[in-house]
Amino acid sequence: CKDLDTKPYVGQVSELVYQDANNYKEILAKLYAGLAVSGIKPKDDDVDLKNFDGGFQGYMRVYWYLQEFTTDEAIVGWGDPGLPDLHKMSWTASNAWTSAFYSRILFQAAVANEFLRETTDAKLSSRGIANSQDIKNYRAEARFIRALVYSHGIDLFGSIPLVTENDKVGSDLPKQASRQELFNYLETELKALETELPDARKNEYGRADKAAAWMVLAKLYLNAEVYTGQKKYSEAALYAKKVIDAGYTLENNYQHNFLADNHLSTENIFAINYDGNETQTWGGTTTIIHASIGGSMNAAEFGVDGGWSGFRTTKEFVSLFNDKADKRGMFYTNGQELEIDEVGTFSNGYAVTKWKNVKRDGKPGKNLTHTDTDFPLFRLADAYLIYAEAVTRGGSGDGTLALSLVNSLRKRAGATNLSSLTLDNLLAERGRELYWEAHRRTDLVRFGKFTTGYNWAWKGGIKAGKDVETFRSVFPLAASDLIANPTLKQNTGY
Amino acid sequence: QKTVSGKVTDQNDGSPMLGVSVSVKGTSTGTQTDASGSFQVAAPANATLVFSFIGKATQEIAVGNRSTIDVKLVDDNKILQEVVVVGYGTQKKQDLTGSITSITSTDFVKGNIATPEQLVSGKLAGVQITSNGGAPGSGSRIRIRGGSSLSASNDPLIVIDGIPLDNSNVSGAANPLSFINPNDIESFNILKDASAAAIYGSRAANGVIIITTKKGSKKDKLNVAFSTLFSSASRVNNVDVLTADEFRTAVKTYGTATQQKLLGNANTNWQDQIFRTALSSDNNLSVTGNLKTMPYRVSVGYTKQNGILKTSSMDRTSTSVGLTPTFFKSHLKLDINFKYSSTKSNFADEGAIGSAIGFDPTQNVYAENKFGGYFQWLAQNGDLAGLAPINPLALLNLKSNVGTLNRMIGNIQADYKFHFFPDLRAVWNIGFDRSNTRGDQTESNLLSATSFTNQGSVGYYTQTRNNFTNQFYLNYVKGLNGQSINIMAGAENQGFVRENENGTTYGNSGVVPIYSYFKTDYALLSFFGRLNYALNDKYLATVTVRRDGSSRFAPENRWGTFPSVALAWKLNKEFKNDEIFSDLKLRFGWGLTGQQDLSTGDYPYLNAYTKGQGLKYQFGDRYYDLLRPNAYDPNIKWEQTASTNLGLDFGLKKARISGSIDVYQKKTTDLINEIDVAAGSNFSNKVTTNVGTLENKGLEVVINYTPIMNKNFNWDISGNFTYNERKITALTKVDNPTYVGVLVGGISGGVGNYAQVHSTGYTPNTFFVYKQVYDEAGKPIEGLFADLNGDGKITELDRYRYQSAVPKYFLGFSSQMSYKKASLGFVMRSNIGNYALNNIYSSMATYQNITGAGNFINNVSANVLETNFKTRTDQTILSDYYVQNASFLRMDNLNVGYNLSDLFRAKKIQAQLSFVVQNVFVITKYKGLDPEIADGIDRQIYPRPRTYSVGLNINF
Repeated sequence: CKDLDTKPYVGQVSELVYQDANNYKEILAKLYAGLAVSGIKPKDDDVDLKNFDGGFQGYMRVYWYLQEFTTDEAIVGWGDPGLPDLHKMSWTASNAWTSAFYSRILFQAAVANEFLRETTDAKLSSRGIANSQDIKNYRAEARFIRALVYSHGIDLFGSIPLVTENDKVGSDLPKQASRQELFNYLETELKALETELPDARKNEYGRADKAAAWMVLAKLYLNAEVYTGQKKYSEAALYAKKVIDAGYTLENNYQHNFLADNHLSTENIFAINYDGNETQTWGGTTTIIHASIGGSMNAAEFGVDGGWSGFRTTKEFVSLFNDKADKRGMFYTNGQELEIDEVGTFSNGYAVTKWKNVKRDGKPGKNLTHTDTDFPLFRLADAYLIYAEAVTRGGSGDGTLALSLVNSLRKRAGATNLSSLTLDNLLAERGRELYWEAHRRTDLVRFGKFTTGYNWAWKGGIKAGKDVETFRSVFPLAASDLIANPTLKQNTGY
Repeated sequence: QKTVSGKVTDQNDGSPMLGVSVSVKGTSTGTQTDASGSFQVAAPANATLVFSFIGKATQEIAVGNRSTIDVKLVDDNKILQEVVVVGYGTQKKQDLTGSITSITSTDFVKGNIATPEQLVSGKLAGVQITSNGGAPGSGSRIRIRGGSSLSASNDPLIVIDGIPLDNSNVSGAANPLSFINPNDIESFNILKDASAAAIYGSRAANGVIIITTKKGSKKDKLNVAFSTLFSSASRVNNVDVLTADEFRTAVKTYGTATQQKLLGNANTNWQDQIFRTALSSDNNLSVTGNLKTMPYRVSVGYTKQNGILKTSSMDRTSTSVGLTPTFFKSHLKLDINFKYSSTKSNFADEGAIGSAIGFDPTQNVYAENKFGGYFQWLAQNGDLAGLAPINPLALLNLKSNVGTLNRMIGNIQADYKFHFFPDLRAVWNIGFDRSNTRGDQTESNLLSATSFTNQGSVGYYTQTRNNFTNQFYLNYVKGLNGQSINIMAGAENQGFVRENENGTTYGNSGVVPIYSYFKTDYALLSFFGRLNYALNDKYLATVTVRRDGSSRFAPENRWGTFPSVALAWKLNKEFKNDEIFSDLKLRFGWGLTGQQDLSTGDYPYLNAYTKGQGLKYQFGDRYYDLLRPNAYDPNIKWEQTASTNLGLDFGLKKARISGSIDVYQKKTTDLINEIDVAAGSNFSNKVTTNVGTLENKGLEVVINYTPIMNKNFNWDISGNFTYNERKITALTKVDNPTYVGVLVGGISGGVGNYAQVHSTGYTPNTFFVYKQVYDEAGKPIEGLFADLNGDGKITELDRYRYQSAVPKYFLGFSSQMSYKKASLGFVMRSNIGNYALNNIYSSMATYQNITGAGNFINNVSANVLETNFKTRTDQTILSDYYVQNASFLRMDNLNVGYNLSDLFRAKKIQAQLSFVVQNVFVITKYKGLDPEIADGIDRQIYPRPRTYSVGLNINF
């Protein structure tokens, strides 16, 4: 006779998981991995989100798509449903990409909340687990990941449901927070984390430290005017300066930041980690690198086994590199036309060679299909540019320092120095320095050039580009969540 | 030669009988009785007359020197005593109170049938059997009375020789039932209403199919039966795509200069390349007899089925042994059954079908290259192009997936009639169902860009299933003063363990192998009882109750009680002189059944974590395993279905018509449903929970008619008609009119797009689409849809609910004629009112599809010539233009037989030659390949072939 108290053979009841403190780091690893890959098995198998293809739901891949394809920096020739709508700026609330990213943000928050609920002092002592510094760090990092994803939430979606460890699993409907409420929450949370996270550059590679929290805060303040209508440029400069003073140094060679061994870069502040053997996915940098290769390009030079003939850039973006000495303008032009007559044809538009799966010594990464290249979410150059922009926008800070920081980036690139900083040349500089690193949409919105005021090839679905409705500066909440959570209000215009 | 006359009367009441067939044995002479029961027939003096009538025992009387012969026909006890298996026991057919359909081997569908459920397809009212396609041994979707669940399993419970099976998928087999050799099956009993099925409680909400296998009997002399069947299957039609010339024109018109350069000069029909005419054979040998006093049946079967898709095949060797010894003057009866089968399947990569539809028809099949000689799309550096479609023939030949499933199922039932108290029986039945699967997959390095990098791969998968059943019940039967009672009470415990493992290694040692392991189990514990009461053989009552516990729910929700009650009234027993009815019975039943087959794992209530396998994340210079919390619902519990059934069985003696009419209603509450969960409130975007209600209402009519019955010519017709209306009556806990519903029906060509919705007030799987606008000529206007909500733009809010994949009516019709030694029969089936989304059109019928991501071009559906659509968008793939009426009438089977026994008369050998055509024709308005699509979304189906078979059966 078999009794009814069966227990899983594979997997573990939560209570047992939390009785062993050794498991905590693996739960933390899932939280971080949730930024990189779609599930818990290689190649996006056993995915976190149902009804979304494994290759199409990874946090970083979709974040990159939403930040890049909607701008002058990147265009994609593939016809996957909803994908052409990104560059055409004609997405709807059921767009698979915006919906997947929306779900991802809240999935990450829910997983972080569970960890925070189960590792309170009271819970630890009830299980007889000593509250070590390690566990304190894990908790701070879980809060950091949650703050990070909400910083993307406030930026891409505006007002979304806010869930914390005080909400119970599966019972009440999460409450939607206004952009102001999210801003206040993030400001408070990140300021607290500023003290609780390990010091800058003192945590293990791949894990968050104080500098990571400063970067999120600096970006939050830089965009505060967009989010809340209030200028916070002095605060943005203050937090960018903390990062600048934390001991990071620029890599001598700009491209070393985007190679298979870019974990060696001295300017990484926080990166999403990939490994061709251990962290295999079809998303992440695997997508960026394969998809950038097509036409007459030799995939072997990129450390991969083939091109997917997808991503190129527009002529408007190429024109930012009028200084031909600027080594950051990494375009492949042989057989490629600058003009894009056909979005679906790879040879239309210059290809971009910034990301590679080869190491500094020119040797390929571990695996020719899945890349080793990490994705630096924050690097020092960004802190320089935030400081410069915040000061230029009237924030308190040192204007001379601002100019010299920008020029140090230009000097590394081999470009001539700027004599002064203007908002126009700062936007262009951010494009040149940070292109294809998932910053562009946020930047164009902040500079008022996203929906109107600046057009590029195929924006709005026509070759010359055209203005689109202003409500598109935020994405719609996922249509499926409006159904599941009727208390939500959709963003205006959708 | 003389004239013999006489009168035929009914033994029961002496009334004259009309229409009794009177024939002279061994000749074609015969007649029928008139209204006064009289007959007249010319016969030689040494003749024997044969009197036969449906429902009566046939009598043979030697004429001798008589010229008048009066005959009294008695009821055919075989029919009246016909016994039906009802679950933990049997009942006389005439005493049934529930809605049970029984079908035995004589009425099975004939032909090249490799899987059991196809034996009864089209023969049963209220039961829909839809094959999953034409792959060898392919499974079917069985729905009884519409299916009472939404996202939980809608599969009926299947019981073989008293042992309820596990419904989970068996790996390495296309069909979980295909391990049974159809030739070993004696009968199917389908319990449709709750009063019949409730004895199976929590697993019976979608009906129960009881399969009984053939056994030996005491009466059997040694009997050897051999059957052999040889068949040839071929493809019926093509998916319409552009011809090579049309494609060249299209690319020249719509393609870029680069794409035009890719065009070749060939004219290749890729579908012709991947399909073939497939030959199959099926051989069976069985021996029944008595070993001393122990009846036995032993059989072996070997089936070799080749699929019409090249490289696909199934080989099955099956053996079965049945022993039915009795001891202590029949006080103890043992029933021992053991079946073993080994099925080896070559699973062809069915992706080749889609690939063949879309592959450039201007290219040759073969090319001189370093990639195995198949034409392949290459990148500019001469390597295989990434993401490019793969040559369909290469996909079949350079990849293999061979699975071998060995399955053993057996049971021993001991039925003991107490020695000093023979009214009481004790039955103990223990059974097991074990299987192991081993599958091997290889992929050549020449197949694709990825396999080239990996230098090919070798993979394996294994599954072990180990299920047991242990049941015991007591049965007490007593008859007294016109009353009879039959009480049964028992308990049952079942355990199900499943273990899966798979791995892949690569030729390139630098590529990390993949490994994954999974094991799970669940258990059920049940107590049940049944009371049958009959008064004066007129009034019948059945009461059952079952209490079930399932390990799939939390202890506080674990137990459920499932009662039922049924009443029946044999109306014909009220008539004094009943000349009209052989049977007239009114039945009423009500009962509760449950569902716990969640199809989302065995621990839906448990807050647990799952560890990742093979995927790690880097911190510092170390890589860490991942632990992920599972989405769960701590309160999840039984789904419950209350059903009511009102039925009438009837038989008209003289007209030789019998049948039944049933009306039913099933209401399911606490639907187990996978729904979008409010983002942030659980550990996934979807969770399985109890929410919503569903209703099925329907009418079933079965009519069996024998228009002609005499010595030489016999014709049986049977028809069944089912009307079923399936409707979701609630989907949310609180009524919410703005709630759209659960999106379902994922479509190809649009990952993440769903074409159907489960909405309150509608049939499940209702299409949820945009309303296409047409021009004056009736041609759809590209990109133009009706702005249904009138907000001036076309958004997802303009989608509307249009038709459903669920048929409202389905019908079956079969006819069997025999004239002397020849026979002719057919089976037809029809579904009416169901629609399908032609997803091949919607995903492949725009000129944009020609464009690949890189150095390649794709063919498109010929529908593009009608629409001239250029761009595929999120909206066009969901246009109602592509939702087409998929009602159909199909002739499943046409068979001709000839009895060869004369050839062997001296040796007492019976032989039958048969010729069968399957999938004879389909009449439909549907524009795709085949309108019969279970979920209503027409992706790329393995085409159902037309099969011609020749068979020979020999008995001696």
